[in-house]
Amino acid sequence: MAKLTPKEVLLNPLFNNNPIALQMLGICSALAVTTNLNTALVMSIALTLVCGFSSLFVSLIRSQIPSSIRMIVQVVIIASLVIVVDQTLKAFAYSLSKQLSVFVGLIITNCIVMGRAEGFAMQNPPVLSFLDGIGNGLGYSAVLISVGVVRELFGAGKLFGVSILPLVTEGGWYQPNGLLLLPPSAFFLIGFLIWGLREWKRGQVEKTQFKMAPQITKEAF
Amino acid sequence: MSNKESTSRTLMVALAVSLVSSIFVAGAAVSLKPLQTENRLLDKQRSIASIAGMGGRELSAAQVRQLFGTSIQARLVNLETGEFSDQFDAETFDPLKAAKDPQMSARLSKGEDLASIKRRERFTTVYVIEDADGGIETLVLPIRGYGLWSTLHGFLAVKGDLNTVVGLGFHTHAETPGLGGEVDNPRWRGQWVGKRLFDDSGALTVQVVKGTVDPQSVMADYQVDGLAGATLTSNGVNNLLHFWLGEQGFGPFLAKLRSKEA
Repeated sequence: MAKLTPKEVLLNPLFNNNPIALQMLGICSALAVTTNLNTALVMSIALTLVCGFSSLFVSLIRSQIPSSIRMIVQVVIIASLVIVVDQTLKAFAYSLSKQLSVFVGLIITNCIVMGRAEGFAMQNPPVLSFLDGIGNGLGYSAVLISVGVVRELFGAGKLFGVSILPLVTEGGWYQPNGLLLLPPSAFFLIGFLIWGLREWKRGQVEKTQFKMAPQITKEAF
Repeated sequence: MSNKESTSRTLMVALAVSLVSSIFVAGAAVSLKPLQTENRLLDKQRSIASIAGMGGRELSAAQVRQLFGTSIQARLVNLETGEFSDQFDAETFDPLKAAKDPQMSARLSKGEDLASIKRRERFTTVYVIEDADGGIETLVLPIRGYGLWSTLHGFLAVKGDLNTVVGLGFHTHAETPGLGGEVDNPRWRGQWVGKRLFDDSGALTVQVVKGTVDPQSVMADYQVDGLAGATLTSNGVNNLLHFWLGEQGFGPFLAKLRSKEA
C-alpha cells in the first residue's frame, strides 16, 4: 500500500473520497437533520468527534482485537462514544438535543463511522486513524452543511434561525419553497451535489456496470 | 502466551472492552445528571410559560425562574375531591411518580381510561396565574395520554372563565417526526388559542376532527384540525383532553372552581 500522509488522510475525504458523495454512506441522517443549519451543524460536530475518536480507540487496540469479535468491539466503542455525546448534548444544549431526538443515537448505526473503523483504523496507526476519522467526519459535515444552507435559506428564508429572505407571510417578498423542508428535497440536493462533484472530478464517475437490454416483447397495456 | 484468536483471549478482550466502555458511559451519565435534570425542569417551566401565553423560547433561564417565583404559582389539587390541597409541597410534588405508587393513585377501568394511562394519581400539580383581584387569570392543567408510539406529556392553559383555551402544548413525546410530531408545530398549536372547551349547557364539546374544520360550522369554535397523516396521534390528543377534562380528570376540580365563582 502506498504510504499515506496525514494531510492526505485528513483532506481526501472532503472532495476526493467524500463519504456521502462517493462512498454513498450516511445518507439517511443527511436527509433528516438538514432542515436547518443549527441541527446540521451540531450533527456534523457530533459525528466528526465520534468518528475521529472511535477510529483512534479502535486503532489503539487493533492488535489485541480477535477477528471473530472485531465488529462487536467496534460497535461497543462507537456506541459508548455516542452515548457520551448524547448525554453531553442533553446537559449543555437541551433544546438542540430535543430537535435532533433519535438521530444522535443513530450515529451508532451510521455506516461512515463503522466503515472507517473497520476499513481504516483496523490497519493503521492511531494518529493516522484519528485524522482519517476526523477527515471523513468533515466530508460528511461539508455535505450536510451545504444541504442545510440551501434547505434553510430557500425553505424557510433563514440561516441559523435568523431571517435572511423576509417571507411573504411575515410581510416580506420571499415565497418559501415548502418542498425544501421535506426529506425528498435533500435527495435532490445531494443528487445535484454529486453530479456537480463528478463534473469537476471526472475520475469519480463510475463505469457502467451493465447495459440495459432493449425491450423486445410488446406488451398490451 | 495464548494466541490472539483463542477462546479465552476473545472472552478477555470482550470483557475488558465492555468494562472500560461501561465505566466511561456511567461516568458521563452520572456526572452530567444534575445539569440534565435542571434542563428538563427549565424546559418544562418554559413550556408552561409559553402555553400560558407569557413568552416562549426567547425567555432566558433567569426570566423563567423569576416567572415561577412570582406570577406563576404551583398549587396542589386533590383530583378526587376536586379541591386545592396542602398535603404535599406543590413545588416538589411529582404527579408522575405518584401515578406509579399504588398508595397515591387509582387504577382506571377500561371504560374510564380514555387516555390509556392505566393509573391516575390522586393529587396533581396545577399552575395558577392570578389577576389583580386574586382571581384566576389563567389556569394551567397538566395533561397526558397515549398517542401512537408514546405518552404525550403536556399542558392545557385556560382562561379564568375555565372555558376559553389560552394554549396547549406537549413538552415530551416520541411521536413520528413530521407526522404525529407535528403536535409541536406552532401553527397547529396556534389553532387552539381561543377555542372553547364546553358548550353553553356545560357539556364537554372540544374535539380534534379528522381533516380540517369548516369555519362556517357552528361547531368551529370547539373544533381543531386533525394532524394530516397522524390520525392516531390526533385521536390520542382528543381522547386525553376528554379524559382530563372529564369526571376522572379535572372535572370535579373545574366544577368546584366554577361554583365558587358563581
